[in-house]
Amino acid sequence: MIVLLVVPLLVPFAAPLLAGRLAGARHPVAALWSLTLAAVVLAVSTLVALGGLLLPGVLRLPVAAELGELVHPLAVGPEALLYPATLFSAAALAGWVWATWRSLVRQWRLYRRARSAADGRQAAGDLSIVDDVRPDAYALPGRPGRIVVTSGMLRCLTPQEHAALFAHERAHLSGRHHLFLAAAELCARCHPGLRPLRGAIALAAERAADEAAALATGDRRLTARAIGRAALAARMAPDTRPAFLPSATTGPVPQRVSALLRRPAGRRRLVPALAVLLLLCAGISSGTAAAGALVLHRGVEVAQGEWRAGR
Amino acid sequence: MSDTSAERRPAGELEASVLAALWAADGPRTALQVQQGLPMPLARTTVATILARLHEKGAVVRQRAGRGYAYSPAQDAHGLTARRMHHELDKDSDREVVLARFVSQLSPDDERVLRELLEAGDQ
Repeated sequence: MIVLLVVPLLVPFAAPLLAGRLAGARHPVAALWSLTLAAVVLAVSTLVALGGLLLPGVLRLPVAAELGELVHPLAVGPEALLYPATLFSAAALAGWVWATWRSLVRQWRLYRRARSAADGRQAAGDLSIVDDVRPDAYALPGRPGRIVVTSGMLRCLTPQEHAALFAHERAHLSGRHHLFLAAAELCARCHPGLRPLRGAIALAAERAADEAAALATGDRRLTARAIGRAALAARMAPDTRPAFLPSATTGPVPQRVSALLRRPAGRRRLVPALAVLLLLCAGISSGTAAAGALVLHRGVEVAQGEWRAGR
Repeated sequence: MSDTSAERRPAGELEASVLAALWAADGPRTALQVQQGLPMPLARTTVATILARLHEKGAVVRQRAGRGYAYSPAQDAHGLTARRMHHELDKDSDREVVLARFVSQLSPDDERVLRELLEAGDQ
């Protein structure tokens, strides 16, 4: 049983290997869905496995055994591993609850702050303009969803590029991409191996919005230029944010621009293959978690005296 | 023909484009000037109607210019508070988690690659 429940804890470490390639793929909507689905399944399997590893140790406590109406001690897996597994999963679950709660509170507070910055402002359709020299733009989900853009951003782009920017942000809102991002954030808290998936999901969401903007404006090059120029302007603006950790690999913005400049080309088979592999990982993970839970359930029934052990 | 396709867009989208054009401009703009700068083909009268609607909402201010008006964006009283809140948000490097940002921070490598891409794309 222990072995079955350890598999879902190990599989997520393999997922990022596939995810990185998938996020920049040519079908960003499909990539977004498969990445998010895989992340959610892997995260839930992780939690089920941790719960399964925690339970046998907890049921050794007299109070819990009485509550569970156990008449025999629960015997699942090697005895030597019982307490280490229990301690490990208790610590991991406690850490998860704490991190998730903090993240939820923090995100909600940020959202409220952004919302109040946009509300009560002069509105033109779905657009809120903040008079600020630093170029910045984002989609603010809610009812109604809004596009928040600084005057600095508007000034560094041409009217044609404004159209691409607005189409991009509207695609975020109509595609409800914030839900995917929130799911990615919650999953990243469940397992360290899922953290890289968060970046991959964010990139896939941006790519999906980029493709929608290219479709709406009818001009891939224009959309690519709008993104590129906005990013360069944001970098050169005074009072800019402290630079990120230097990364060896190419960051998301150049990837998005080059994907737009690239003509639709072959290598399409790669995407379904990667998506299938990733979902297969998720399947293995959830399958073993479910099997482990079943074995555990059977073990509990045996301990409750409903089954005779070994039958 | 193309006029109708642009005018069939939701009114809110047209308002957004017109206001954005005014914010990007250096000074006050007449309806004709705004119309000429817009990427979508719209009739001058449509642009004038949109500008009048924005003026009613208080999003733009106007002054007499010849036989018509010249419009500029209204620097509203909330502007300062909103800017301060925005600054608060800015300090949080994590906010892209819920708020999908148009562009993320560039590393020096990113900047170089991006410049090369844009130069190649322009040719």
